[in-house]
Formats: sequence, structure tokens, C-alpha cells
Amino acid sequence: MCMAPKPWTFLSFPETKTYFAHFDLSSGSRQVQAHGKKLADALTLAVSHLDDLPAALSSLSDLHAHKLKVDPINFKYLSHCLLVTLARHHPGNMNPEVHASLDKFLSYVSNILTSKYR
Amino acid sequence: MVHLSSDEKGHITSLWGKVNIEQTGGEALGRLLIVYPWTSRFFDHFGDLSNAKAVMSNPKVLAHGAKVLVAFGDAINNLDHLKTTFAKLSELHCDKLHVDPENFRLLGNIIVICLAEHFGKEFTLEHQVAWQKLVAGVANALAHKYH
Repeated sequence: MCMAPKPWTFLSFPETKTYFAHFDLSSGSRQVQAHGKKLADALTLAVSHLDDLPAALSSLSDLHAHKLKVDPINFKYLSHCLLVTLARHHPGNMNPEVHASLDKFLSYVSNILTSKYR
Repeated sequence: MVHLSSDEKGHITSLWGKVNIEQTGGEALGRLLIVYPWTSRFFDHFGDLSNAKAVMSNPKVLAHGAKVLVAFGDAINNLDHLKTTFAKLSELHCDKLHVDPENFRLLGNIIVICLAEHFGKEFTLEHQVAWQKLVAGVANALAHKYH
């Protein structure tokens, strides 16, 4: 499941592919799957440091600010696709409170990852 | 204008046929108010919106959500004419209701999440692609007459 949001993001929001021109973006791409796993691992780390997210994500913030420079809007697209993926894997279980908590968490993570941009 | 292939139109209409529009509309508006609480600024007159339980059982929320999704259904019947279909509603939202168009995008994404949550695996990647295009088209159409 951790692999799912990436291709969904690329197809629903094609502009996100501009950051992966060097990737094989065809269906089932190992590069996309591997990168999706990296992302999932980072979110797992974040979940285990909910009380100290800025420190836990500091090196990722540095990476996004100084090297990757991903436009902030893309964090919203990916967060939305993560929520869609979770919803379709847990039909009937993603109630409004869970939905709100997840959205808030992903928004906070996104803010931290773009916090050193300027 | 939103460009949808015939397959994409099929993904939209086939799923729409299975949606309980009134219930899903109420749920979508409720989720909007819970996930993005600042959207309650437009609904001061709705009564208790102080917590998730209050929102999801508020009859005004459910009724208004149903009304919104019924109007959304007009989009599905007029996929090639979204701007003209929503011209009057666009003027209303700008001139009378003063709604920031960003809210149309927020609600559109909430509708997509509701569909994913209801339909589970039946809501495929192709479904999301088609529905994201549709909700973006509706949001743009509703913002089109803003000045």
C-alpha cells in the first residue's frame, strides 16, 4: 500500500512528474516503488516522533530546501493522494475524525519539509 | 472546459449511478467542516458545529450538503458545458455568498475521498484521475464569473 500514492499522484496531478524526469514512470516501475517506500519510511519515522516532528524531520527539511526544491503545492497533491489511498484501503473506517487527524498530520509534515525554503 | 475521454466519462457516470447523493453530500460537507474548520465561516447560522459528532448530525449541514451534491450532479449531465451550467451559481457565490474559490477545490477533494472511502478497491486509479479532472473543472467553472 505504501507504494500506491505515487503513481496515483503522477496520474491525477501530472505536473508532479516534472520532478521525476529521470525516472522510469511506466506502470510498475521499480524506481517509483522504491521511492514510494522511502516516502512511507519517512512518514513512519514521523509517526513515531509526533511530539518532536521538526527535529525528527530536520535533515529532510534541509534536503527539500537546498537540493530538491519541490514547489510546496506538490506536498498538498501527495498528501491528498495518500488520504485517497488510505480511504480506499479502509472503506468504512476512515471516519471524519480520523480523516481530520491524518490531514492535519500530513499538513504539519509538509509545513516542516518546506520550513527552510526561505 | 474539462477534457475527459470517453473512458473517463464512463468512470464518472458509472460510479455516480451508485452514489447515494443526499447521504454523500451531507457527509462531504460535514467532513469539510471537520477537516477544515475555518470553512464554518460561511455557516454561522447552522447552529452547533463545535465537534465532529455535532457536525455530522446537524440537520442543516446534511440538508445543505445534499443540495450541493445534487447541484454537482448537473456537472455530470453537462460535462462539456461546465462554465455555462454553473454561470449563475458562480455569480451567486461571488456576489452574494462571497466564498473564496479555494473552498470549491477543498470540497472537490473531499468528495473524491468520500468516494474512495465508500467504494474501496472499486475506486480505481482510473476513477481518481477522472474524478480529479471533474472536481477541478467544477471548481474552475464556479470561480469563472468571479470579479
